[in-house]
Parts: sequence; structure tokens; C-alpha cells
Amino acid sequence: MSTQTPALRLEGIVKTFPGVRALDGVSFSVMPGEVHALMGENGAGKSTLMKVLGGIYQPDEGQIFIAEDATVMSSPLQAKSKGVVFIHQELSLADELSVAENIYLGELPRKSLGRVDWEKLYAQTDDILKTLNVGFNARTKVGDLSIANQQMVEIARALTVEPRAVIFDEPTASLTDAEKVVLFEVIADLQSRDVGVIYISHRMEEIFKITDRISVLRDGQYRGTLNTKETNEEEVTQLMIGRKLDLSRNEMTHSLGPVALEVRNLSCGKLFENVSFTVREGEVVGFYGLVGAGRTEIAETIFGLREPSGGEILLDGEGVTVHSPADAIARGISLVPEDRKGQGLVLGMNCRDNMTLPQVDDMTAGPFVSDGAEIAIFDQYRDKLDIRTPGWRQMVGNLSGGNQQKIVIGKWLSMHPKVLIVDEPTRGIDVGSKSEIHNLIRELAAQGYAVIVISSEMPEVLHVSDRIVAMYAGKVTREFTAAEVTEDGLIQAISGL
Amino acid sequence: MANFKRKDLVKQGAIWAFIVAELIFFSIAGEFLSVSEKAFMDFDNMLLLLKQSAPIGIIAVGMTIIMVNGNIDLSVGATFALAAIVLLDSMTWPFMQAMGNWAIPLAWLFALATGVILGAINGLIVWKTGVDAFIVTLGSMLGYRGLVFIYNGEQPTSHLNWTLVDFAEAQFLGLHTATWFLLGVVLLCWLLMTRTVHGRNAYAIGNNREAAVNAGIRVGPHFLWNFMLIGFLAALSAVVFYSESGSVNPNDGMLYELWAITAVVLGGTKLSGGYGSIISTLGGVIAIQLLRKGLGHIGADTETVNLVIGLILIAVLFLDRQLNRKGKEELRT
Ligand SMILES: Nc1ncnc2c1ncn2[C@@H]1O[C@H](COP(=O)(O)OP(=O)(O)OP(=O)(O)O)[C@@H](O)[C@H]1O
Ligand SMILES: [Mg+2]
Repeated sequence: MSTQTPALRLEGIVKTFPGVRALDGVSFSVMPGEVHALMGENGAGKSTLMKVLGGIYQPDEGQIFIAEDATVMSSPLQAKSKGVVFIHQELSLADELSVAENIYLGELPRKSLGRVDWEKLYAQTDDILKTLNVGFNARTKVGDLSIANQQMVEIARALTVEPRAVIFDEPTASLTDAEKVVLFEVIADLQSRDVGVIYISHRMEEIFKITDRISVLRDGQYRGTLNTKETNEEEVTQLMIGRKLDLSRNEMTHSLGPVALEVRNLSCGKLFENVSFTVREGEVVGFYGLVGAGRTEIAETIFGLREPSGGEILLDGEGVTVHSPADAIARGISLVPEDRKGQGLVLGMNCRDNMTLPQVDDMTAGPFVSDGAEIAIFDQYRDKLDIRTPGWRQMVGNLSGGNQQKIVIGKWLSMHPKVLIVDEPTRGIDVGSKSEIHNLIRELAAQGYAVIVISSEMPEVLHVSDRIVAMYAGKVTREFTAAEVTEDGLIQAISGL
Repeated sequence: MANFKRKDLVKQGAIWAFIVAELIFFSIAGEFLSVSEKAFMDFDNMLLLLKQSAPIGIIAVGMTIIMVNGNIDLSVGATFALAAIVLLDSMTWPFMQAMGNWAIPLAWLFALATGVILGAINGLIVWKTGVDAFIVTLGSMLGYRGLVFIYNGEQPTSHLNWTLVDFAEAQFLGLHTATWFLLGVVLLCWLLMTRTVHGRNAYAIGNNREAAVNAGIRVGPHFLWNFMLIGFLAALSAVVFYSESGSVNPNDGMLYELWAITAVVLGGTKLSGGYGSIISTLGGVIAIQLLRKGLGHIGADTETVNLVIGLILIAVLFLDRQLNRKGKEELRT
């Protein structure tokens, strides 16, 4: 491999934003036919490095070489014409347009007079969709697709050209297992066509399954490259966060209190039916199932976002009707939503204001909002969750994906709820912070909170839960205690066997 | 284009259903309340209505494109007036008078070029400074109107060219010249927005600007082209209208931007961009014109007409929201 010329190479890239040195002399290369993982903590600079490569940002210093030719990537269009395809971390789609138009966004096939060649467009798109094995067609409106399918549309973009290199920035964050398999096939196919693949993910098992080499960034600096075959999770983690991880299950035992939340035969149309469970004070109940099993919808119903079509919700043994999220918050229920961009954050607002948003009414000094109280809350949770930001004034939209997620969690923790529901709490979060968040969840339970954790990652539910509720197609299939649960049992329960 | 679902069909059909409802209402109400002897649905009356829809209609088509693109243009009324002045005044210039009837196409050209240039100024500022189009065109609305007053003070600018008047008053296949222009503009712009790469990119930009940028679409030039287009259309609207009337007051075209936006919104175009249809805008224009005419027909004064149109606009936006809901299982807001 060392005799080959790299498909592309970055050298000494420096990129600064006001208050942040996001990249500090990073070098990186990818060979043709190689899958190269880029790893690092949230805010380490992975996405920024790829945006430099993709022509979205201009580096302050450093150079980009394509097949050893120095190149300036002045725009995304130019990057594309040089064969660099970028699949973004956050969905980058126009949801009013069709699947085909999105896949070929910016390069619609033309006829004379600037007309769109619809036949060609649809035919080419259908070919691509066939290889991806998806259940929608070229003419479907993107806004009508599930998040996972929208992600597949993003991935399809990699297949429109003969690329030299494809960048996948956390592509699996919202995919189901079946779609992941398809994605890995796509990557293998790209590899066989001698395309260089750059793969960013926080999920170790994926990294070790599909990559050839792993490069690690820490605080904007290059920390080294490892051959995947010759290394292990521990070594990579060590390189990423500079210390070892304590992965042992938090065995802190504490006595459980009375039942804080009980749900009896709760239904909401066809989304979920006859769901019953209890959560006691001091207990963590994990909800495990495939994407689409109805777990998020249950949470939203308890939080007053949806109207149940039947059943009861009891708080402290008393039947309640939750009319709205405001109602839920007043009763001590908090929900950390799964879609942070759509539901959790105001991207154009600063970190502090986002975090104190739900309680800002209570933090007044006279007629004004008390700055001091707000900053105190922000500081407390920044330290607790290790949020990387130059200060509370930073706009949340400028934070790295993982740090945005931490802001959402901090926001709801600071409300001191009785019942805390967290939906996919560690999606897009690096291994270090992940275990911190897990510890935090355990800690909260120890303090007497009743916690519901919804997750599609088996290690996560196994790790944090006292009890696990398995769901399949809107119904609870089984309940396990931490002591009796096995991986096989769980898999059976969530696949409806 | 994306698959049409029932929801979309309802949305696109709504404005036409509304027009039919208006026709029925005014025909019946007219029987009892009419101040004139003629029936409302009279054929000549309808032809006239189309003709009267043309000035705002042509502008509204341009506004649809601008709004789909995620912008707005408040300066169209002033552009309309300035183009009109150029049209009429240029025909009085000595060298133009010497050219006889050849002065007509030249005057048209001057007027249209004025519109394109004014539009280009808007577009360039929006592109190069990144300032919101609302602010930019609010400024140019005042600025362009200022130019109108500088040109001829408070005085009207007049020039009647009978060849031109004959042309403007002509009827071809029963339709007036202005109506033909309106229909032509609708057809061409509809083709532009649904069939061409430029049009589809305009939708993408309005829908998700960041995604469009990421995909390598050059957003700025698209803005520029579309502002030039609406400038052109505002001038075309003036050209068609003033060829016939032959006299322009410095206050002409005021509030046209708001009437155009009202028609566009009635037609279902999203204020936030990314969704809208030229054909539905035509529906919106006709619906408004029908209301004005119909209410006049049954004896309402202008103030009442404006009040009713305002109420209907709000009602339509409310209904649109209801229509977009997904039923009981959906998230509460
Ligand atoms: N447009 C911007 N303006 C200001 N700061 C920015 C901007 N984009 C990124 N940053 C900062 O640069 C740093 C690197 O961010 P980046 O998005 O590259 O992290 P990442 O490694 O992709 O993290 P994650 O795993 O969470 O996605 C962060 O501290 C972030 O706050
Ligand atoms: Mg990132």
C-alpha cells in the first residue's frame, strides 16, 4: 500500500473559528480502495476537516493534494468535480423535492434550453435505488420519508458519479440494522472500484468491522494512524481521549422507591397499542426495539405531545391527563428528544439560552431574566457533561454534533424532573462522553429519579438499565430484569419471534 | 416532479374551487343586490376581468418565483412606475419622434431594460452583501420611488401614441392584448419553474439553502437571475398597462407589491420558500380580482373590499394549516 499514491492527501491543515482552533496542522491521507476511519471526541475537528476537503471551508494554512497534485477546493461544486463526494452528518436535503431531485441536487441532467431531462433523471435514480434495496422510488417526496430513509437518500448521492473519494460523516446515526447492512455493501462496492472511503463514526464495532486504517484527532490535532487489524478498542480510545475508559457496569446498588410512573394499556392509534409498564423511583427502565417500534411515540404521548387514543397514565399512583408539554414539565416529566435539530435546540441561539429555555420564566430578577442564575446553570452542566465550547455566547449551531446533544441533555437535567425520559441519549456522542452520560443516568437514578432510556444500541440498554422493556411493531413483547436478560433473548423479543 | 398525493391535489385545487364559489356567490347575490343591470357572469365582464388582472398578475408570477426561491421583492411597485415613465417619456425624445412608429419597440426596450437593471441592482445587493431580501427591497422600494419623483416631480408623465393604444386595445381570439401577455408569462414561467434546471434549483434553494450550497448550487447567481426576471416582469406589466392609458402618476403602482404577495400566498406558495406554483398564483390573482369586482358589483366600497380580502387571506392561511395536519396521531403543537 505504501508504494501507491494516495487518492487524496491533506497536509498541515489549520482552520480557526473565532475563539476556536478547530484544526491545528492536521495531515491525513486516504488510499484508493481503502476505508479509512476518522475518529475523535466530539468537537475534535472531524467534520471541520472534511468540510475543508469538501470545499465548504477554506483552510487558513495547509494544502490538499489530489493524486499528488496540489489543489484548491474553492467550493463544494469544485470538490464534486474533482471526485470528492461528501455525505453530511446532518441531513442536507430539500424535503419538498423528490428523491431523484435530491440525489442529483446541483447536477440535474440537462436537455437543450436548460431543461431537466426527467426521463434520464428518474431512470438513473431508479437504478441507484435498486442497488440500495429501498422501499421508495425516485418520485417520492423526501419530506414523506422516515429519517432513516432520508439518510439512505443522502447515501445514494455517493453513487451518482464515479468518485475518487467518498466521505461518510456519521452515516449510521439514524439507520436501522437492515439499512446498515446495505450501507456496508455500498462501501464494499466503492472499495472494490478503488474509491477511497473516509468513514467517521463513534461506533467502535462498525469501525472494526469495515475499516482498514484508523486516524485519530484530538482537540484539532493529529494523533496518529493505526492499522485496524493490529489494534483494539482500548488503544483507539486511549489515543482519542488520552486515558482509559472505565467500562464496567455501574453496580451502585440503591433501594428502589415507590412507583413514580405507571402506564396502563396506553394506545395511540396504530403507532402503539396496549402498552403497560411501571417505573419506580431510583430505577432505570430501558426501552429496546428496532427503529419504528413505537418507543419514541410512547415517550411523546407521556410528555403530552400526542393524544392517546386509550389507556391511562398514572403519576405517583394518581391518574393524570397530560395535555401539553408545559403540563408535563409542571408535573415533573422531562423528555430529551431524539431529533436534536428539529425538537431540542434553537440553533441560532447561544448555548446558555438554549440550556435554560424551559425554565427561563422562573429565573427572573425583577422584571428581567437573571443573567447570573442562567450562567450558573450553564457552567454547572458544562462541567458535568464536559461540553466543549469557547463560552456560553457561542451559537449552538456552531458546536460539533455531539456537543449539541450534550446541550439538550443538560437542558432537561437542569429542570430536576421526577421522571426523565431520554430518547437515544448518545446518538452521535463519542465513547468518552458516552460512558459519562451513562454514569450520569445511573447517578440520577441513585438520586431517586425515575428514568426511561430509549435506545437502539444493545450495549447501551444492557449497560444502563435495571429493567428492559422490549418492543416490536407497537407492542411490548417482553420485559427483562437486568439479571435475567441475555443478548439472544433481547434480539428475539424485538424481532417479534 | 414529486408524486402527487391527495393532499397536494386538494391544495392545488383549493384556489380554483374558491373561484367557482365566488362566481356562484356573486351571480346569486348580484341578482338581488346589483347596482347595475348586467349579470355578473356576463362574458364580456369576465374578459374584462382577465384583462384587469394582468398588471398585478404579471408581477405576481415574478413574485412567485422570488418567493419560491426564499426571497421577497417589495420594490416591484416602484419599478413598475419607473418603467412606465421611461416608456412614455422616451417616446417624446426628439430622436425617437423622428423614428415614427419604430419608436414604439425601442421605447418598450428602454422600459424593459429599466426593469431588468433595477432588478439586477436588488439581486446583486442580496447576493453580495447577504442582507435579507426583505430589507434590501424595502430600501430599494423607497429609493426607486424617489427616482420616480425626481424624474418628473409631482407631475404626471403623459404621452399618447395611437398606434400603441390600438395595439393595446386589440382583441385576438376574443382576448385582450394584456390578457395574452398575462397568459404568455404564466406559461413561460410555469415551464421555467417546473421543467428547467434553473427552476428546480430555485425550489431547492428556497427549501433548504444550506443543502443547496452543500450540493454545489451557486445560490447568488440564482438570486440575481430571479431578481432580474421579476424586474423584467414588473416593467412588462407597466409596458402593457401604460401602452393603453398613456399617462403615469408618480404614485402609480403603490401597494402593488402587497397585492402581488397576497395573490401568491392565496395561491398556496409558502412564505418561507421552497413550495409554490405559478398556476395557483394565477388562480390567486383571478380570485382577488373577482372579489374586487364582485363586491363592487353588489355595491361595496373599496374599504369594505380590502377588509374582506384581508379576512379571507387570514382564513386561507388558517385552512392551509389545518390541511397540513396529519390527523389524530400527529404531534400537538
Ligand atoms: N462554523 C463554526 N463556527 C465556529 N466554530 C465552529 C464552527 N464549526 C465548527 N466549530 C468548532 O470547531 C470544533 C470542531 O468541530 P467539528 O464539528 O469539526 O467536530 P467533530 O469532530 O465533527 O465532532 P462530532 O463528533 O461531535 O461531530 C468545535 O469546537 C466546534 O465548536
Ligand atoms: Mg461532526
